[in-house]
Amino acid sequence: MKLEFSGGVLTAFIDGEIDHHTAPSIRETIDKTILQDKPDVLRLDYSGVTFMDSSGIGLIMGRYKLISSCSGKIEVINIPRNMAKVVKLSGIERLGRITIKED
Amino acid sequence: MKAINTMKLEIESRSVNESFARVAVASFISQLDPTIEELGDIRTAVSEAVTNSIVHGYKEGKGKIYITVSIFENAKVTIKIRDKGCGIENIEEAMQPLFTTMGGERSGLGFAVMESFMDKVKVNSVVGKGTSVTLEKKINGRFVTKW
Ligand SMILES: Nc1ncnc2c1ncn2[C@@H]1O[C@H](COP(=O)(O)OP(=O)(O)OP(=O)(O)O)[C@@H](O)[C@H]1O
Ligand SMILES: [Mg+2]
Repeated sequence: MKLEFSGGVLTAFIDGEIDHHTAPSIRETIDKTILQDKPDVLRLDYSGVTFMDSSGIGLIMGRYKLISSCSGKIEVINIPRNMAKVVKLSGIERLGRITIKED
Repeated sequence: MKAINTMKLEIESRSVNESFARVAVASFISQLDPTIEELGDIRTAVSEAVTNSIVHGYKEGKGKIYITVSIFENAKVTIKIRDKGCGIENIEEAMQPLFTTMGGERSGLGFAVMESFMDKVKVNSVVGKGTSVTLEKKINGRFVTKW
């Protein structure tokens, strides 16, 4: 996973599969950086995600809670089209700007 | 009804096996020429059930998970995921969207995902004995003419 911080925006480029096995290390890396950089916006870029189940939603909800407690906002961008179904079902669209990748 | 083809898999309750389980099941079902979307639905639903056995059934401890996949006529598939874990006290409540006994990073969406991605979800559970989840889906496949 690559992290970029500029202009108050912390972007995490997540790649590979998000499940209960892989989520903890992704979470730890992001949370450490949030607490260190105190971004105004946490942007999760899901363009490199090849699989996700409800753990991918849990990851978004958990980061939303943390960034909100630091008065920041969350954005999730470039969610691959074939994962849109899980996202729609979860209703996380109300947490912030959530966009599906156009292809 | 008698299955035309079956596959059984026994795995240890280890999170690293989650991806193996969903790939193995999807790979077995590939003989029906499913669409990419159908395979994705199955992978996701299997991942939810197996994760539940590991996280809730065995509480991240040791145990075995038993997976049986059966293919019936008319391309109907059933996938049974069984554990000998703690069991579920109230199944109806557990299956409600957003219901979770874990909180934290769990969203309570596992059963909702299984129900929306599969045609049928059946849950049997006995407290202290274990849980079995049977997922059913008819595969329409790539060779169905779409008008
Ligand atoms: N195999 C199981 N053994 C024991 N309890 C289970 C099992 N599967 C599910 N449960 C119970 O049912 C509840 C709901 O499961 P569900 O998968 O819908 O949500 P979750 O696992 O809590 O969250 P998520 O799946 O979004 O990470 C769980 O919180 C747990 O209490
Ligand atoms: Mg679950």
